[in-house]
Amino acid sequence: MLLETKGVTQRFGGICAVSELNLKVEAGEVVGVIGPNGAGKTTVFNIITGVYNPTAGNVYFDGTDITGMSPHRIAAKGIARTFQNIRLFRGLSVIDNVRIAHYTAAKYSTIEAALHIGRFGSEERRILDSSHDLLNAFGLEQYASARAADLPYGLQRRLEIARALAIKPELLLLDEPAAGMNPREIDSLIGLIRDIRETFGLTILLIEHQMRLVMSICERIVVLDFGATIAEGSPEEIRSDGRVIEAYLGKKQSGEVSCDA
Amino acid sequence: MYGIRSALSSRATLPVLLFAGFLLSFAIPAYGLLDLYVQLIIIYIGINIILALSLNIVNGYMGEFSVGHAGFMSIGAYVSAVLTVKVFPYDQAFLFFPAAIIAGGIAAAVLGLVVAIPSFKTRGDYLAIVTLAFSMIIKSVFDNIDYVGGARGFTGMDRLTTLPMTYFWTVLSIWVMRNFIYSKFGRGMLAIREEEIAAEMMTVDTRRVKALAFVISSFFAGIAGALLAHMLQFINPRMFDIIKSTDILIMVYLGGIGSITGSIIGATLFTVLIEVLRPLEMWRMVLMPLLLVVLMIYRPLGIMGLRELKLFIPGHDGACLRDKPDKKGIQDAS
Repeated sequence: MLLETKGVTQRFGGICAVSELNLKVEAGEVVGVIGPNGAGKTTVFNIITGVYNPTAGNVYFDGTDITGMSPHRIAAKGIARTFQNIRLFRGLSVIDNVRIAHYTAAKYSTIEAALHIGRFGSEERRILDSSHDLLNAFGLEQYASARAADLPYGLQRRLEIARALAIKPELLLLDEPAAGMNPREIDSLIGLIRDIRETFGLTILLIEHQMRLVMSICERIVVLDFGATIAEGSPEEIRSDGRVIEAYLGKKQSGEVSCDA
Repeated sequence: MYGIRSALSSRATLPVLLFAGFLLSFAIPAYGLLDLYVQLIIIYIGINIILALSLNIVNGYMGEFSVGHAGFMSIGAYVSAVLTVKVFPYDQAFLFFPAAIIAGGIAAAVLGLVVAIPSFKTRGDYLAIVTLAFSMIIKSVFDNIDYVGGARGFTGMDRLTTLPMTYFWTVLSIWVMRNFIYSKFGRGMLAIREEEIAAEMMTVDTRRVKALAFVISSFFAGIAGALLAHMLQFINPRMFDIIKSTDILIMVYLGGIGSITGSIIGATLFTVLIEVLRPLEMWRMVLMPLLLVVLMIYRPLGIMGLRELKLFIPGHDGACLRDKPDKKGIQDAS
């Protein structure tokens, strides 16, 4: 089991954003998390990545308890993510966006940094090379020195994934990667996710509203509503699950129910 | 103009320029090439460059807003002055001066670390108030320590801040700060400025980077304070009040945030303007802020905001500095 949450609960004041969540992700899987707006999907991502410390329950990654660990340590352990509303370092160059993600990978001390001595030179060269390699793999090399904010939307999404992969994760969390994309861009995103999964041997957990994307790349789907799992299964099972349809479209009114009976 | 530009961008010219400057810093006082008043202004410029660049690290590169920089400066000034006057052998003060300067920097850095702690939880306006409060506390502490003369001030230092000494410390300070800026720690500061949550998710230890930024920033403010104390040969707590902090802020925002070139230009311009406008007397204090208002309207990032002369960018970073493709090119390619 690569990732496991046991009885994770998150309360904000009186609101229970996530309740008793037991999520399991095997290494190599592509798992989709779907659910109506406000179902607690992004909160789950924030708990896994350490942004929130859950009110109750534990998160295990690769067998170790990562609950309450600081986000940068969880990231260094191998969990990378992208954000629902893109969070690039907008004012910085494309290459620097990727280089920053090598912070923990760069092995040199503050003294070596202050004097540019010792391991500094070789480490910086290695990071720069590795960053250029990533940009090449994502077709972003030609924009290396452009400001991230100047990239068109689709490429910003792409850069965010490239940046996440720079931390060499085992698990990649994608928060609505297709948000705001047109059908053609979604097709290329589906191809991209398949590609990176193959090349980098990744496990992927993704939140998405775009059913075409979810149904075509996820092997397993978890449906959340009001912070609790209401269904779980293969895309086919989920498509025909009554509770899922209910969560998305609402209950039939009592009058109609009696008609059916 | 083009000749100057290409000369400045060539890396081979840098060591030559630095060495020439070093020789000049000895030659000027030895042969009286410039009059003493001008020499004094050059020393002021050096000190102000260190101050501006050190504040730029926190305010420009990391995007925080520290308004109490003079507080750190006073620590460096007092600690070094007490060391050269009361602790180190007086007749050999010159030999011990570098140690006194570094001690002043370290003392300031320790207090910088203390200020960094609230920065873990607080940002923006709130942190600005913390730094302001902190600098006021330091001032009142010096006001009330009789050992260093209290509000009357402290004197007895030799004039150890000579032109070569200032030159050496200014160049060394710029070099070390530049090295930090162009390292993973410097990029961590930029990441905090741009998007702090994403920085953490990209493995940046934001607490460590913040602590480091405040430590470096206050360390060099302390060094500048030590140089100032041994240039004026007299210090009192009032010299390091909010007005002094504001002066440093003006230098940073005039020259441009997030730029070494900017801090050098800002500090030089500010120091020279203050002197040139001296005949205007009180109108000087109207003209300077007015200049700042005009600048903020027409060039809100300052003269060199977020831009850098190639001279200050280390070689290994050159790869990412090819000419930026224009926006049109990017849109076409998508």
